[in-house]
Amino acid sequence: MRRLDIVRPRDLAEAVRLTTEGGQPLAGGTDLFVRLQKGVARPGFLVYVGELPELRLVRGTEEEVEIGAAVTHAAILAHPATARVPVLRLALQTIGSPALRHMGTLGGNLANASPAGDGLVPLYLLDARVNLAGPGGERSLPVAEFVRGPGKTALRPGELIRSITVPLPKDGAQAYFRKVGRRRALLIAVASLGALVWLEEGVIAEARLALGSVAPTVIRPREVERALVGRPLTVEALAELRDALSSAVQPISDLRASADYRRRVAGNLLLDLASQLAHFPSCGQGG
Amino acid sequence: MTLRFRLNGRDVTVETSAGRRLLDLLREDLGLTGTKEGCGEGECGACTVLVDGKPRLACLTAAIQVEGKDVLTIEGIAAPGKLHPLQEAFLATAGVQCGFCTPGLIMAAYALLQENPHPTEDEVREYLAGNLCRCTGYAQVVEAVERAAERMR
Repeated sequence: MRRLDIVRPRDLAEAVRLTTEGGQPLAGGTDLFVRLQKGVARPGFLVYVGELPELRLVRGTEEEVEIGAAVTHAAILAHPATARVPVLRLALQTIGSPALRHMGTLGGNLANASPAGDGLVPLYLLDARVNLAGPGGERSLPVAEFVRGPGKTALRPGELIRSITVPLPKDGAQAYFRKVGRRRALLIAVASLGALVWLEEGVIAEARLALGSVAPTVIRPREVERALVGRPLTVEALAELRDALSSAVQPISDLRASADYRRRVAGNLLLDLASQLAHFPSCGQGG
Repeated sequence: MTLRFRLNGRDVTVETSAGRRLLDLLREDLGLTGTKEGCGEGECGACTVLVDGKPRLACLTAAIQVEGKDVLTIEGIAAPGKLHPLQEAFLATAGVQCGFCTPGLIMAAYALLQENPHPTEDEVREYLAGNLCRCTGYAQVVEAVERAAERMR
């Protein structure tokens, strides 16, 4: 890595000022340092926001959980307020390794805007909002508007991510998350599926799906979500939608997998969801 | 910058650049070569150290990120001339072959046993999943951690 200047702001206002002057925010560094070493990222200097108290709060209310941008995945997993969003915990548990979960942050996941970002899948499922602080003040965007494409976000010059607001799903949701790849730890997914499913009298009353690594951003296949309503949660009933899900994704071929393989995996994950939730409905109760 | 932090129980003050990797600071500036560099990009776990009791990868940590913190490396887990129960168990079970991954594995296991003194075999495997070892096949490593956990109870 080339010699790099890093400054540590006293508070959020100073962080915004330094970012406006061309600094790039640094939190955990698990992704940014790798890109700096490879010469992919070339910021003028870094602004270390990882320990700003304003970015390290987790706050739960009746309706939502607000997670500071610099809270580590491990701290999010351990915080009592996130017990009410099991799908978020299921996804964050699969990130990296214990050490990387003690370093990486949800704000970092968002800033990277990787289509394979495991932490982003539950944010799409839960319709999370991204709260930004910038020279013009604060604003808030739905996650699907914040992420614009691979590595592209709606951040304007000088803006940084302050926190993420996660609305609590309504009661009774069953949660599912699975990523597929060559090994479990330190894995960049070939495809991932997260889901929230509400059942009424044995049939699906509402379903939300979010897929990672199969399109330029995480996606919600709305047509398949609607088509799930009214079906029983069985492998047979969901198998009819496998092809619909495979065609709802727009994967690329890269060194990890071909586009065709990703389509097949995406469709098959729907069957895995059915068999997991049919057999272990209690493991994700509460959303 | 003038960096102050605690290293293996002692206060350290060192003149360095804010962006220097903790790994280089430890190995080259402070002479603690127990922490190894494997991949240098967070894939192998060889450079695992503890910062404020939590595992971190020293290859992806900048000096400024440990300012005022408590850093523990493989050199600091046992008194001089003594071995930690984890080190003894790795020797006893042949959990060490070439030895390059061992400091990282032991530091990750150390963090695990602080969080969870009674891990199951699955929990040990899960926690060490970020530490690659190309010699042992992991069976002896897992056995070593379970043996050390018993001795430390």
